[in-house]
Amino acid sequence: MTEATVSRDGTKSVHIVRSSRPARKFTRSRNAIELRVLKVLRPVVAGTLLLAAVFPFLYVLVLSTRDIASLQRDPARFWPALDEVRLDAYVDVLLPLESGGQDFARLMLNSAVIAVATVLITLLVAVPGSYAVSRLDFFGRRQVSSLFLAVYLFPGILLAVPLFVAFTRLGLRGNIWVLVVVYVSQTVAVAIFMLKNYFQTVPVGLEEAAALDGLGRLGIIRRIILPLSLPAIVSNALFVFMIAWNEFLFALLFLVEDRSRWTVSLGLAQLTNALETPPATLMAGSIVLTLPVVAIFFATEKFLAGGLTSGAEKG
Amino acid sequence: MTTRGRSRVARAGVPPRSSLARAEARAGLGLVLPSVVIVVVLVVAPILWSLLLAFKDLRLVELARAPLFGDFSTASIVEVLSSRRLWESMGATFAYSVIGTAGAIVVGLVAALALRKPFRGRGLVRALLLLPYVAPIVATTFAWRTLLNPQYGLVNAWGQALLGWERPVAFLTQRSAPVGLFGLELTVPVALSTVIAFEVWRTFPFAFLFLTARLEALPGDIEEAARMDGATPTQSFRHIVWPQLVPIVAVLTVLRFIWTFNTFDDVYLLTEGRAGTQVVSVGVYNYLVGRGDVGAASAQALLLAIVLAVLIAAYLRLAGRRGGES
Repeated sequence: MTEATVSRDGTKSVHIVRSSRPARKFTRSRNAIELRVLKVLRPVVAGTLLLAAVFPFLYVLVLSTRDIASLQRDPARFWPALDEVRLDAYVDVLLPLESGGQDFARLMLNSAVIAVATVLITLLVAVPGSYAVSRLDFFGRRQVSSLFLAVYLFPGILLAVPLFVAFTRLGLRGNIWVLVVVYVSQTVAVAIFMLKNYFQTVPVGLEEAAALDGLGRLGIIRRIILPLSLPAIVSNALFVFMIAWNEFLFALLFLVEDRSRWTVSLGLAQLTNALETPPATLMAGSIVLTLPVVAIFFATEKFLAGGLTSGAEKG
Repeated sequence: MTTRGRSRVARAGVPPRSSLARAEARAGLGLVLPSVVIVVVLVVAPILWSLLLAFKDLRLVELARAPLFGDFSTASIVEVLSSRRLWESMGATFAYSVIGTAGAIVVGLVAALALRKPFRGRGLVRALLLLPYVAPIVATTFAWRTLLNPQYGLVNAWGQALLGWERPVAFLTQRSAPVGLFGLELTVPVALSTVIAFEVWRTFPFAFLFLTARLEALPGDIEEAARMDGATPTQSFRHIVWPQLVPIVAVLTVLRFIWTFNTFDDVYLLTEGRAGTQVVSVGVYNYLVGRGDVGAASAQALLLAIVLAVLIAAYLRLAGRRGGES
C-alpha cells in the first residue's frame, strides 16, 4: 500500500506527506474544537473571576444601605428595594462617640496622619538610598541589596514579639510616632526596590553634565533625579500610603488600648467583635475604610502594577 | 568571588580612578546609611534579640523588672515543643500554605491566560481583579464574614433557598463536618478549608499580576510559528508558553509560600485561630497577648523563623540564578 502511494505521487516527499496526512487531519479538527471551546471558555472564566473578585465588596456596599430588620426578613435578596435605601449607617459610623456614632471620622484622621507621615519619612530615606544602590559603587552594595530583599520577604509576625516587648519595656508602645517608625522599617525596603529600578533608567550623561556644572550628590538627586522620576516617586508614595493605611497587626499590638488612637482598620476589626454594633454600621465602616485605597489604586493602577512586578522580578 | 577580588585589586592599581572611586564609595555609603540604620535597628536587631528571648522563661507581667539579657533556660522551648497543639498547628499551617500557594498560582495563571487576548475594557477588568489583593485586609475578611454569616449571610441564604441545605453552615466556627460525595462519607475540615479558600481568593491577583507581566514580555514569533505549523492552542501552551513561564512560577511559588506560611492577619481576622485554624503565626500572637507568655511566643516564632530562613535561602538562589541567566 505504501508503494502504491509512492508510485502514484512519484515524489520524494511522498513519505512525509503520506504519514502526516491523517495526523494533520486529526490535528486540524482538534484545533477547530479547541479554538471553539476556548472561544466560549475565555469570557466565561474571565467573567466568573471578575464576579468572584468584586462580589464581596458589592455585597457589603449594598448591605450598608439596608437596616437589620429588612436583612433578617429576607437575607436571600441581593438588591435592596429602592424605598428602603438609607444612608444613616454612614452618619452613624462617622459621628463622634459623644453623638452616639462610632467615631470613624477621627479614626480616619489617625490613619491618614500615620500613613502620610510614613510616606514622607520613607521617601526621605529611600530616595537617597535607592539612588546610592542604583548608581554608586560602594563597599557592601551587594550585601545592602540582599539585606533589603531579605527584609522585604520577612513577615511582620516575627517582629511582633521583640518589638512589642521592647516598646512595652520602654513605655513607648501606645505612641503613634513609634508606630510610624515601625511602618517605615517595613516599607523602606520595598520603596528602595521600586525606585532603584526606575532610577537606573535615568541617563547617566545628564548627571555627569550636572556634576561638571558643580552640583554635588544631593544637588544631583534634587535637581536631576527627582524631577525626572516624579511619576515613579508619586506612585511609590501612594503604594506606601496603601501599605500603612491597610496595616493591621502592628496597629493591633501598639494601639489597641486607647480607642482615641485607633486606625480605621483596627477600629473596624474591634467593632466587628463587639456584638452590639448594628451590621449596617459595620458595612458602612468597611466601605469608608476601603474607599480611599480603592480610589488611590484606580488613580495609579498602571504605575503600581508595573513598579511592583519590575521591583520583585529583578530581586 | 575571584573575579570580584581581582577587579578590586586592578582598580586599586590606578590612582586617579581610585580616589574618584573612594569619593563615590563614601557618598554611596552616606546616602544609603539612614535606610540601613532603620532596617538594622527595627528589623534585624529585634529578630536576633527574639532568638535570645526564646531561651527565656519570661512573662509579660514581669516585663518591667525582669532582666532582658542573661538568665537563660530552655523551659519555653520545651513548653512549645511538648504542646499537644503544636503538631496540629504545624499540620494546619502546612496544609494552609501548600494548598493556598498552589491554588493562588493556578487561579492566577488561569486568569492571566483568560485575559491574554485584548478586548474592550480589558484594562478595567484587570484592575478589578486586583481588588481582593489591594483592599484592606480588615475589609476583605469582614466581607467574607458577612457573606458566610449563618444568620443573615447570602451564601447560607442562597444555599438553603436554592441548593436545599437543611441548616446553615457555620463556615468559620465549625471544625469539621461529614460530607457525602459519590456515596462516600468524608470528613471535611470546614473552617480550615474556608480559610484556605479565602487565601486563594485574596492572593491569586498577585500571581495574576506577575504572570500577566511575563506573558506580555514573551516573544510572539515562536508561538506564531508553532501555530502556523499546526500546533493547537493547548499544544502551543504546553510546549511553547509553559516552559517560558516555569522560572517565574518557581519564584512565585517560593514567594507566596513564604508569605502564606507566615500569614497572621487573614486567619486571625476570620477565625482568631479557632476551629482547627490555629496556624503557627496565630499561635505566636495567642501566646504573646492571650497568655502573656513572651518566652513561648518567641520559641514558637523561632520555629517559623527556621522554616523561613530555609525558604529565603531557596528564593535567593532562584533569584540569583535568574539574574545570572538574563
